[in-house]
Amino acid sequence: MRVSMDIELKDVPGQMLLALQPLSEYKANLITVVHHHQKRTPRKTVPVKLILETRPESIETIKAKLEENGIRVVRVGEHRFRESINVVLIGHVVHTGIQDTIDEIDRTGFAEVVDLSLSMPGINMLSSALMKIDAVGKEDLQKALAILKEVSTKKDLLMVLPIDIQA
Amino acid sequence: MKTVYCSIHGFGAIGQGVAEVLLRKKEYLESLGLEVKVVAVVDSKGATVNPEGVDLADCLARKRTAGTVALESISGVEIIQSVDHDLVIETTPTNIRTGGVGLQNMLAAFQTGKDVITSNKGPLTLKYRELMETAKAAGSHFRFEATVGGSMPIINLANEVLAGNKIKSIKGILNGTCNYILTRMLEERASYNDILAESMQLGIAETDPTYDVEGIDTACKLVILANAIFGLDVTYNDVDVTGITKVTPEALEMAYERGHVIKLIGEVSKERIHVAPRLVPINHPLAVGGTLNVASVETELAGEITVTGKGAGPIETASAILSDLIAIYGN
Repeated sequence: MRVSMDIELKDVPGQMLLALQPLSEYKANLITVVHHHQKRTPRKTVPVKLILETRPESIETIKAKLEENGIRVVRVGEHRFRESINVVLIGHVVHTGIQDTIDEIDRTGFAEVVDLSLSMPGINMLSSALMKIDAVGKEDLQKALAILKEVSTKKDLLMVLPIDIQA
Repeated sequence: MKTVYCSIHGFGAIGQGVAEVLLRKKEYLESLGLEVKVVAVVDSKGATVNPEGVDLADCLARKRTAGTVALESISGVEIIQSVDHDLVIETTPTNIRTGGVGLQNMLAAFQTGKDVITSNKGPLTLKYRELMETAKAAGSHFRFEATVGGSMPIINLANEVLAGNKIKSIKGILNGTCNYILTRMLEERASYNDILAESMQLGIAETDPTYDVEGIDTACKLVILANAIFGLDVTYNDVDVTGITKVTPEALEMAYERGHVIKLIGEVSKERIHVAPRLVPINHPLAVGGTLNVASVETELAGEITVTGKGAGPIETASAILSDLIAIYGN
């Protein structure tokens, strides 16, 4: 399973190695490491987000090993979404109910709108939205896009999809 | 020396480009053992005819000063039927509703056993199968590289250079006007209408830009690719088309901030023919700017091959016509 883990490292050399050792020891596959160097915690530690793939039974052991190494584990959660895309919507995005458009995707349970940028240059002008959608798998993503396409047609919105997605 | 007698139909930008290229490449063609003699040049007002060969420099000068090359009132079809020659170079304007005079010229050419090279998409979009069958029955050559992507080789690339490969799909930017508009909207953070006006001033967009901006021109080119490369029998109505008129500078900007540009992408495979604005990563081979055209051919053995080049322009389009001419008569 894929797991996301928020940890905190002390701001001294060699900490990352201490964090990675238990992962390698228990054969967890490290997918991403995001090192938030700019964002110190009040405890003066550096927050780091890990995404890893591992057997469910190893999670508790890895967590204990990390804590043994003096690394604070803030949160462990299942990372459900593997697929992610950006979609642009152009038209009367807001007046036709942006919340409703988002709900249609979120309601599926297998996909979620996780980010939204919106630009409304003026009344009677077309608005533009860039939506980031996460989905559990590739097929779910296609299903979510089919729903979004239907909503877009109904609301007369232009949907701009990435080139590598089957439109 | 082999002499190729030909007629040029349509003496607008492309027809004049052909005349200029034939003059410029006279010696080169002679080095290939080819002498090209133009027996007639036809425009919308009439024609200049000389069975021994007209003077192309004269024709170009007359077009520039008098606005027409016509010295006598005779139609293209009449010339094809009555003047002995080998090749019809068809560069009249595209008409996708009726096929226009181009369709008449092509059919007349095949019926009299002549070869045809064209840059005119209309007849091919409407009557591909009929034209191919008529050409085949007459034993005529029929080449049309200039109809898709201007100077950029795509039809001959897929059918000849990549021979033996199954072509899985072709994706690309096949309309320079749309590419220019989307590129400039992002650069200037300007509205579609402002950049459209600029494009018209520069002569990049036509006074009636509908064909280009609504994706119709791209769709026609996909129809030609679908028929000529994928062996389908489709027309314009089989294409799912969305144009660029709704694209906003804000959408372009938001996409760019996330590493993407928006391009009007045409896509053709055996399963689907589709034109729509798409998000293209800025480091993707299809993310070319300005008026450039680009196409990625996904092949079975050779992987992905991408070509890019000028999609329009009289000399560039004439270059594709010249390559077709050499392909027919060069050996």
